[in-house]
Amino acid sequence: MLLLTCPHCGISGEETEFAPGGEAHIARHGPGAPDEAFESYLFFRTNPRGPHFERWRHAFGCGKWFHAARNTVTLEVYGTYPADVSGPPQDILERIAARGGE
Amino acid sequence: MPHRLNTGGRLIDRSRPIHFRFNGKTLSGFAGDTLASALLASGRSLMGRSFKYHRPRGLVAAGVEEPNALMTTGADGREEPNQRATMIELHDGLEAKSQNHWPSLEHDVGAVNAAIASALPVFPAGFYYKTFLFPRFAWKHLYEPVIRKTAGLGPAPTAADPDEYEHFHAFCDVLIVGAGQAGLAAARAAAESGARVLLVEQVGRAGGRLLAETDIHIDGAPGGDWAEAEAAALSTMENVTLLTRCQVAGLYDHGYALLYERVGDHLPAPSGPRHRLWRVRAKRIVVASGAIERPLAFANNDLPGVMLAAAVRDYIALWGVAPGREVVVFANNDDAYRTAIAAFRSGLKVQAVIDSRPAASGDLPERVRALGVPVRCGMVVAKAVGRKALTAIKVARLTTDGRVGGALETIACDCLAMSGGWSPVVHLWSHCGGKLRWDEAEAFFRPAPERAAPIGADGAVNTYCAGAANGALSAAAGLIDGADAGRAAARDLGLKTRAPGARQVDEPSMAALRPLWFAPSVGRYAHGSKHFLDFQNDVTAADVELAAREGYESVEHTKRYTTLGMATDQGKLSNINGMAILANSLNAPIPEVGTTTFRPPYTPISLGVIAGRDAGDLFKPLRRSPIHDWSDANGADWEPVAEWRRPFCYRRADETREDAVRRETNATRGAAGMLDASTLGKMLVKGPDAGRFLDLLYTNMMSTLKPGRCRYGLMCNENGFLFDDGVVARLSDDEFLCHTTSGGAERVHGWMEEWLQTEWWDFKVYTANLTEQFAQIAVAGPKAREILQGLADFDLSAAALPFMGLAEGNIAGVAARVFRISFSGELSYEIAVPAHQGAALWEAIGAAGAAHGITPYGTEALHVMRAEKGFIMIGDETDGTVTPQDLGLSWAVSKKKTDFIGKRAQERGFLAAEGREQFVGLETLDPQRVLPDGAYAVADPSVPQAGVIGRVTSTYFSPTLERSIALGLVRNGPARMGEVIDFPIGGDEVVRARIVDPVFYDREGARQDV
Repeated sequence: MLLLTCPHCGISGEETEFAPGGEAHIARHGPGAPDEAFESYLFFRTNPRGPHFERWRHAFGCGKWFHAARNTVTLEVYGTYPADVSGPPQDILERIAARGGE
Repeated sequence: MPHRLNTGGRLIDRSRPIHFRFNGKTLSGFAGDTLASALLASGRSLMGRSFKYHRPRGLVAAGVEEPNALMTTGADGREEPNQRATMIELHDGLEAKSQNHWPSLEHDVGAVNAAIASALPVFPAGFYYKTFLFPRFAWKHLYEPVIRKTAGLGPAPTAADPDEYEHFHAFCDVLIVGAGQAGLAAARAAAESGARVLLVEQVGRAGGRLLAETDIHIDGAPGGDWAEAEAAALSTMENVTLLTRCQVAGLYDHGYALLYERVGDHLPAPSGPRHRLWRVRAKRIVVASGAIERPLAFANNDLPGVMLAAAVRDYIALWGVAPGREVVVFANNDDAYRTAIAAFRSGLKVQAVIDSRPAASGDLPERVRALGVPVRCGMVVAKAVGRKALTAIKVARLTTDGRVGGALETIACDCLAMSGGWSPVVHLWSHCGGKLRWDEAEAFFRPAPERAAPIGADGAVNTYCAGAANGALSAAAGLIDGADAGRAAARDLGLKTRAPGARQVDEPSMAALRPLWFAPSVGRYAHGSKHFLDFQNDVTAADVELAAREGYESVEHTKRYTTLGMATDQGKLSNINGMAILANSLNAPIPEVGTTTFRPPYTPISLGVIAGRDAGDLFKPLRRSPIHDWSDANGADWEPVAEWRRPFCYRRADETREDAVRRETNATRGAAGMLDASTLGKMLVKGPDAGRFLDLLYTNMMSTLKPGRCRYGLMCNENGFLFDDGVVARLSDDEFLCHTTSGGAERVHGWMEEWLQTEWWDFKVYTANLTEQFAQIAVAGPKAREILQGLADFDLSAAALPFMGLAEGNIAGVAARVFRISFSGELSYEIAVPAHQGAALWEAIGAAGAAHGITPYGTEALHVMRAEKGFIMIGDETDGTVTPQDLGLSWAVSKKKTDFIGKRAQERGFLAAEGREQFVGLETLDPQRVLPDGAYAVADPSVPQAGVIGRVTSTYFSPTLERSIALGLVRNGPARMGEVIDFPIGGDEVVRARIVDPVFYDREGARQDV
């Protein structure tokens, strides 16, 4: 059971306090988008072996969505950050690189 | 107690006899006994029957690894099967019985299996797969009933469990698993640094093997005394908690551990919880879980009287019990010689030590020789002899090519103490990613942190292994290893540690063991059909060899094919021996074959403790509307709707459900009905961008809605499929109240928040789930206005409050918001008031409407009336694959909006293509025949497995129309109006129905808009 820290309320909580929301930073493709782009948006996920950016909601806490950068093999959590960004922040990327991720 | 020794028994209190019942007979033991030691003391060696062959079985071990002595304890609600006798502490009133025998333990019919097995080559590896394939019918009628009767473990209890169970959440700096020599040393080192230490021991006292070994001295004191004093000293420290009778069942991600504490099992009368599940978050974990001795594989090694060498000296030293009177030790290592010494000193006759090594000249063998006990090197036990108990062994010389040579020699004995060396308990280390390596010299798998170790959320290693679990078997090495691990854990946490003073340990030295995976009777595994590896599942060396020969090269496949290690003991004794034999059969090195996966729990934990307090009424929260109590007192026939309970109908005396639904429907259509609609979801969406947001959320346009007006809306997911619906009311320019389905309220609120927080985070919008803040009452029927106008201080006329309008004012003195919306098709008002005033308003409306015949109605009348009107119901007409267009709701899907959730998906061609199942009404040709819900329509009922062309989604008998009506989804349905289609409903019966318009009643909507 993972231990995650909500970047909004600062609580370090049990995994059961949070609800997973799948891969993060997937751009929405709406009306007019080509079929391939829409298909990819709706159905395709990278499912990597290693560092992964993912969405979580502090469902049984403050209710806020946030992102977590987590290694899917070692389960190391490189960091969590708010959901209102379209890509991982620099400090998270640096942490991943420093920890031997990509 | 014929087998009780006059001396020894560190754990028993001879002044406190305890009486207990076993298989209906009253027996006695002493306080401190286990059921196993007390039965053994009473002279009983037969403890059960094996799973497959029903062979007689006795104790093999003295601890958690015991595979044979499984008992059912307690009675009625407290009856519990498959308890290991070695873990049951004796207490007054204990009731236990043996299992897996019929008619009795001594005379068992199933043992015929064994007789057959010895005559014919049946029950080999994969027996069930091979034998019961053909003929097919025989499985159900012949094999299975017989196997069910004669095989298996204890039966599951049927009575409700009266005991309490609970969960603890706990946090600590360092969790230490095991309070033996290494665990105690780790606890001391960590505790002296100031760390909060949780020290957990699976049995009732700390000390581990130090309690039973008499030849270890630490700082001048006997090892057992040192351990007891050290545990007591640690317990007095404020930052140390010592838990006994507590099993660390599993280690999980990021330092999460599950502990299973048996709080009340050893007490005669239950007081407080029986078991407790500790849910621990530890910053660091030290696994000092010890080691388990390996049995040896020789013919008939499962006879009662054949035991692990350490178990034999445990029974002697800890409980003062003689497992036999004439003892032979059979080993491939020095450690087992301790048993010969212990047995000799307690006055038992030690016939010989049979050592498979060519020579033995270490400390312990010399001590044994000095006692005058013959030490026979280069020999093996080729066979154990006896019927229900061991009477003798046959020994032979082990030749260099791994066979036996020379004449067999018989040695009389009733106890054979065997030891194939020790295996570190690496289970917990492995639960969460710790890797292992094969240690060739010691012949065991040991933790290999250099390959991988469990880590915490921050990526740092958070688990250390220490002592025997880490391969450090001696007391001296274990103490150092434990202290090192404890200090490392504390240092990781930034705590100051100091080097421990060197302890003076006096213990015998140990010469190297020599692996002996198979003690031949002639030499080949194929002749090892009585060489048991897995005692509980009756898996032999021959089975594993056969699996290898048949191509099962992966250890995971061999495990499942042979069932090796799949019994309730999960292969604690059998796995390493089995893997070694598999490796030898495959001519592969042992590390290449590897181990099977170690999974939690380490030992079985009770189902009760998993449930904890979440049982009975506390299993799931129950949501009650503000009008719940009134309904309960007035005949509500409840049905679950998500976590809510809603009245299906209100039954009067002598009324059936059908009667009540008919009465409620007729009353509402004829005069007036009232419905508790409080469970409807109510989401407030507020802010300058609220309209813009709702335009994206709903398929229809919401931003154009005028304040004071209501609009029915649909919500789709991004895949274009309908998932919720409801009426949206615009309260003011920047404020909308969105009604959702009762079951979908939380989902819709979460959906709103997800989009606002993760996609349109620049929108200035707040949402609030007000579902429980308001009670809502629907008053419907031609008399609705008349009834409510008498209670209202504002105008409810059609001009002042038209259909799909909303108004605010007082009703019966309660501040209310009134929506003129209708789910019944009648003139209807939905009245929302603060939740705490809901019950009062309900009663006021009921009183005011009594003269007009107002009738409370439940969800079924609601459903009937909405079906009569052809209104869809989320979850009935939708199943996650249905679009608004499929349901004829294109009018509620905006063509003007550039975007809404699901719009892109609905542009996909196949959703507009011919052949989709679409919404229709269905009228059975026999008006009294109600279609079964979910019935399928087929193209041609005379063809078997004819193609499905549609299905029933809602079906009722309509009291209004006095006929059966149904709604359904039929391929190209709207284009097939008037066609009759066939619903085969089982047997030869086919119900025929005509496709009609889904609006059965008041097609013009005249009744609701008055």
